[in-house]
Amino acid sequence: MNSAMVRGLRLVGQLAVDGVWRMGAASRFMSIVLRRSATTFRRIHLLIDEVYFAGALSLIIIVVSGLFVGLVLGLQGYETLKRYGSAEAVGTLVALSLVRELGPVVSALLFASRAGSAITAEIGIMKSTEQLSAMEMMAVDPYSRVLAPMFWGGFISMPLLAAIFSAMGVFGGYLITVVVIGVDAGAFWSQMQSNVDFWDDIVNGVIKSIVFGGAVTAIAVFEGYDAPPTAEGVSHAVTRTVVTSALAVLALDFVLTAFMFTGV
Amino acid sequence: MSARMPARHDKLKGKVQTRQLVEFDGVDFSYGANSVLRNLSIGFPRGKLVAIMGGSGSGKTTLLRLIGGQIKAHKGGVRFDGEEVSSMSHARLYAARRRMGMLFQFGALFTDLSVFENVAFPIREHLRLPEAMVKDLVLMKLHAVGLRGAHKLKPAELSGGMARRVALARAIALDPQLIMYDEPFTGLDPISMAVIANLIRRLNSALGATSIVVTHDVAESFKIVDYVCFLSRGEIVAQGTPEQMRTSNEPYVRQFVEGHIDGPVRFHYPAGAYETDLGLGG
Amino acid sequence: MERTTIDLWVGIFVTAGLIGLLVLALKVGNASSVSVSDGYAITAQFDNIGGLKVRAPVKSAGVVVGRVEGIGFDNQSLRAKVTMRIDKRYEFPKDSSVSILTSGLLGDQFIGIDGGSDAELLGDGDRVRLTQSAIVLEKVIGQFLYGKAAEGGARN
Repeated sequence: MNSAMVRGLRLVGQLAVDGVWRMGAASRFMSIVLRRSATTFRRIHLLIDEVYFAGALSLIIIVVSGLFVGLVLGLQGYETLKRYGSAEAVGTLVALSLVRELGPVVSALLFASRAGSAITAEIGIMKSTEQLSAMEMMAVDPYSRVLAPMFWGGFISMPLLAAIFSAMGVFGGYLITVVVIGVDAGAFWSQMQSNVDFWDDIVNGVIKSIVFGGAVTAIAVFEGYDAPPTAEGVSHAVTRTVVTSALAVLALDFVLTAFMFTGV
Repeated sequence: MSARMPARHDKLKGKVQTRQLVEFDGVDFSYGANSVLRNLSIGFPRGKLVAIMGGSGSGKTTLLRLIGGQIKAHKGGVRFDGEEVSSMSHARLYAARRRMGMLFQFGALFTDLSVFENVAFPIREHLRLPEAMVKDLVLMKLHAVGLRGAHKLKPAELSGGMARRVALARAIALDPQLIMYDEPFTGLDPISMAVIANLIRRLNSALGATSIVVTHDVAESFKIVDYVCFLSRGEIVAQGTPEQMRTSNEPYVRQFVEGHIDGPVRFHYPAGAYETDLGLGG
Repeated sequence: MERTTIDLWVGIFVTAGLIGLLVLALKVGNASSVSVSDGYAITAQFDNIGGLKVRAPVKSAGVVVGRVEGIGFDNQSLRAKVTMRIDKRYEFPKDSSVSILTSGLLGDQFIGIDGGSDAELLGDGDRVRLTQSAIVLEKVIGQFLYGKAAEGGARN
């Protein structure tokens, strides 16, 4: 009994120490990546390649899911609001849910599983096949040549993807409620415009997506670089990227929402 | 003429032109509690081809990584061209690495780049050259390893031996002073092995470079190298020319060269008495 | 993948992202009507501003003519002081009146301006004298019930 408790406590202690260790390693790693980022912006093609890898390749999944989320929101919102005789408010409902929450959060989750996992796998494989080592021995710094461009590519892509997601969602909501169901188009847009504030809603949503982009890409790059150089190690790292990113996005979302949308 | 000679000699002296390009001086290195190198002292003379031989886990690859500055010695010094590697700044280290080439065990080619772009990579990164000149340089390097015709292929389309030749072309792209080979013969068929061995020898003479070959392949390496150095458990057990090694009476060398199962390197992992483990002791 | 193909796709992607942001700002949000930075500021004092917020619209005859820029409290008069920025395209006489209105029964509050007849116009920093405070629903209901009760009591 007593020894089981001691063992349990020991396990907790071990996990805590490990967690702090990893946080420290990740912070140190990211500070090196950021310090060696100058090359990324001096040689813009390195960045463009990574924006393609993280952003352009995620375009389809973002467009399609944004559209469907908008369609569902429009349909559900209409069914509920109809009962209270305020079906016109469906535009407001769709736009506010997308711009404030679903746009940044869902696109960050999709981004983590599409681009984040790809970034981790790419870096992990480059490491396990000694490509990063080879680069170092060719006197090319892998931090400034590979890791920093990957981080910035993802960081830049994420807010754009979230904006596309939200815009597609609003379009989906418009399609289902105005075109299919027949809610008045004028009321749809004017209700939306008078209730969605540029600073409080849209800018805060964009800030969220920027924070999520930074978090997800940092996790993906770190996990890739930190992966044990084996096939198993890389596959575990990819899983960890997706799980950690999802948790980080949801936790950060709560914190940001608490700061942004309460109080004043 | 006699008036000018001493001046030139002084200039060379000023640069401290050591006879050895790479020197290890009492180096200790360990991974955690696992000691890999123990008080190792060894020199690699300029322009020579030296093989480091030893069984798996004898610290051979660690040796190369120490020279490249990817890891640091815990004790002792590693000098490249007279300069201590571990105390170099980031910029100095990268400058030194530009004068080194390294062939990794499985080539370590960039999988998303073509053969041509792989070889062009160090050239593009370090030299600002017009595209036409890059092309000429790359094709020259590829021609040297006999793969000029394969420059459009992707690494995935190459055989193991070809991949290693491409990696070799990439390693010599900047005409390094020092070329390091990490197990260049592993996993190759006899023909590819002979091709690589021949290339290592030829490139060493052609570039006037110093070469270090880390290997456990006795037959191929003895044909091409100037010196052999046997490493066992982080220590040097024997060194000399291949001829001296063939006639050496050192038991480790004998076992290694002739491939005996048991010798100084035991067949059995250290264990207690067999009878005790099987419960037959009493 | 060819260099030019990558550039093209990245171009498409970035443009789509920027268009998305622009659509959100202009079509979904109210950024199109927020830009009254080059207008003139007027102030007004109210007994009670209810739930009026900064950046709430200022309307005249239903047209948005400006935004609430700041809300403060005046220590001398013990009243709320509201600063509004009015688009310079719109001009109002000096004796115009402002009132705090509610869109619908439970909607957001905004400020309405009713034009007066003075020949002089409101300029930057001017104060509007005629104000009507927000209607606080609880008060109205309270008054209504009180009135009903009084009515009932009188009849008996």
